[in-house]
Amino acid sequence: MITWMDRTARVALLYGLLLIYTPPATHHHDGRMQNLSWSHIEHDADIGLRARAPSRESLFEAMGEALTAVVTDPASVRPEQQIEIQCEAPDDALLLVDWLNALIYEMATRRMLFGNWRVTLDGHKLDALVEGEAVDRARHLPVVEIKGATYTALSVKQDSSGNWHAQCVVDV
Amino acid sequence: MDLNRLERTDEYRWQIPVDGSMNVPGVIFGDREQILQMDDKVYEQLRNVTLLPGLVGPVYAMPDAHWGYGFPIGGVAAFDAEAAGVVSAGGVGFDISCGVRTLHTKLTTAQLEPLKFELADALYADIPVGVGSEGAIRLSNAQMDAMLRGGAAWAVEQGYGIEEDLDRTEERGCVADARPEAVSERAKKRQRREMGTLGSGNHYLEIQRVAEVFDVAIAAAYGLAQDDIVVSIHCGSRGLGHQIGTDYLREMVLAATEFGLELPDRELACAPILSTLGQRYLGAMRAAMNCALANRQILTHLTRQAFERLLPDARLTMLYDVSHNICKVERHVIEGEEKEFHVHRKGATRAFGPGNPDLEPGLRPVGQPVLIGGSMGTGSYILAGTAESETAALSSACHGAGRSMSRRKARRQFHGRQIVDELAVRGIVIRSPSSRGVAEEAPMAYKDVNRVVDIAERADLARKVARLEPLVCIKG
Repeated sequence: MITWMDRTARVALLYGLLLIYTPPATHHHDGRMQNLSWSHIEHDADIGLRARAPSRESLFEAMGEALTAVVTDPASVRPEQQIEIQCEAPDDALLLVDWLNALIYEMATRRMLFGNWRVTLDGHKLDALVEGEAVDRARHLPVVEIKGATYTALSVKQDSSGNWHAQCVVDV
Repeated sequence: MDLNRLERTDEYRWQIPVDGSMNVPGVIFGDREQILQMDDKVYEQLRNVTLLPGLVGPVYAMPDAHWGYGFPIGGVAAFDAEAAGVVSAGGVGFDISCGVRTLHTKLTTAQLEPLKFELADALYADIPVGVGSEGAIRLSNAQMDAMLRGGAAWAVEQGYGIEEDLDRTEERGCVADARPEAVSERAKKRQRREMGTLGSGNHYLEIQRVAEVFDVAIAAAYGLAQDDIVVSIHCGSRGLGHQIGTDYLREMVLAATEFGLELPDRELACAPILSTLGQRYLGAMRAAMNCALANRQILTHLTRQAFERLLPDARLTMLYDVSHNICKVERHVIEGEEKEFHVHRKGATRAFGPGNPDLEPGLRPVGQPVLIGGSMGTGSYILAGTAESETAALSSACHGAGRSMSRRKARRQFHGRQIVDELAVRGIVIRSPSSRGVAEEAPMAYKDVNRVVDIAERADLARKVARLEPLVCIKG
C-alpha cells in the first residue's frame, strides 16, 4: 500500500529525474569520439542552435555539430581532411559567434562539411582542429547554405550545477 | 501579437505609441487577424529599432513581417545622417541586396507547356544551385573590384546581357560610391566561385504564368497580359554579401561603446552614418549591391541560353529588378522636410509611385513594378508603386509571403518527395538537389501571399497588377 509520504517521495524523485535529464528535441550521438548534446530551436525565418555541455570546450564542439546538422546529418561526414581554426573575442558570446562564423567561412570557401570538432579554450581564445570532407551532394544531400551567425537570442551561460548552455540563431 | 500594446490608427495600421525610451513610433501594417497571428517578436524587434538614434518619422513593419534578427523581416526605417543617424549592418542583414528580377519571355502558356519538363531540366543543368555548387566564372582581383564597382553594368560589358536590361534595373544596374577596398579579402575569397550561382533556402528561379490580371492598364504598360510566361529570379549577393555582413556586424558590435550606442539587441549593430566605420560599411554594402545585381544579370544570361536552345522564339526582356535587403540614400518628405535620408529596408521592397524621377520614362506614368515572391506553390505577384505609398511608408511595400512556420517544424511536418508530387499534380515542376530543403520550403510553411498582398493594396502600399503561378521552380 502506498502511503502519502511514499507518493510525495516518488513525485519528487520523478521531478528530480526530469530536471537532471531534459532531452533536447534533436539529440545526436555519433558513436565516434564525441557525444554531444544539442538541438535546433524554433525561429520564424532562420534556425536557432542550442547546446548543453559539462564544459565550455564541449559546448563549443556541440554548437559546431548543431551547425553542421543545419546542412546535413553530421554522422554522414567523414573525417578526411583536418583544418585548424583560431579565434579570439572579448567575451564568451562573441567568441561563439566568431567560432560559428569561422566554421561557416571554411565550409563556404572550401566547399566542405565538418564532422569532428576538437576545441581548446584559453580564456576567450579558441584553438580548434576540425575534421571533415568536401561536400558530396549525392551522399550528404545538403539542405541549405548558412549565411552567417547572428547576435539575436545569443547566449553562453553556466548554470548553478556547472553545466554550460549556449544559444545562437544562424541565418540561412 | 498582443493587441493591447498597440493603438489602431485605421483599419490596416497599428501603432506602437512612443514611450519614454522610444525615439519614434512604430507602425505595423495588417488587418486584425494578421496582427493577432504575428509573432510578439515582431513587436519587440520593431520597438528595438525605434530606440536607435537619428531616426526620422515612424519605423514600419510590412504586412508580411516576421521575426528576423535585429530588425524584423519586413522592417523599414529612415535615418538622418546630420542628426547623428546610423547605418546598421544588422538592419540590412547578411543577404545584402537580395532581390527579385522578373523577365518577360514573349511566350504564352500554350507555347511553353509542351517543353516545360525539358526546360526545367535544362535550367537545372545550367544554373548552379544549392550547397556546394560553383559558377563557371572566375574573376581575378582586378576583375572582382571592377565587378564590385560596376554591378550589372559590368556584367553587360562582359557580354552577360544587353544594354536595355539596365534600363529596367534599380540604379540602372550600378550603385554609385561602392568601395571594393572596404570589402575584406575573406569576403572576396568567399565570392570567388559563386558568381552566377542561385544559392539555396528561399532563393529560386521560376518560370511563371500570368494567372490573373487586376489592372489591365498598368499590366499593359509593363507588357503583361493573361497567360504570358515570365521568369523570376530571387537571389542576392551570395558569399560576398554574407561575409560583409559578418565582418561589419562584428566591427559595429565592438565599436558600439566607442560611439556611445546602447544596443537593445547586439544584432542592431550600427555606426553613425558620418563616422569612418559607417562610411566604410556603406561603401562595402554598395559593393555587395553591385555584386547582387551582377549575379542576377549573369543568371539572366544563363537563363536566356537555356531558353534559346529549346524555345528559339522566346525573347527574354527585363520587366524589372528590385532589391529588398538594403540601405539606400533616398529623397523623401518626412515631417514636412524634404531631404536625403538613409532608408533601411530589411525584407521590404522599394515601391516608387508614378512620376518618381528615379524611374525610367517608360515606367514613370504608372509607377515602379514591385516584385513579390511567393512560395513554390502559392504564386507570386507583380504590384505597382502608388503615390500614396510615399506617405504611407516611404514608398515601401511587402516583399513576399513571409514564413509562418519554422524550418524545423516544416521539416518534421512535410516530406520533400510528397511536396514535389503534390505540386506535380498541380502542373508545377520542381527541380532541387535537396529533398529536405524542399520540405523546409513547403508552401504551407508560408503565410497566404494573397492575403499579404491584399492588405498591402488596401493599406495603399502598392497596387495589385498581376498574379503569377509557378510552372517550373528551380530551388536550392
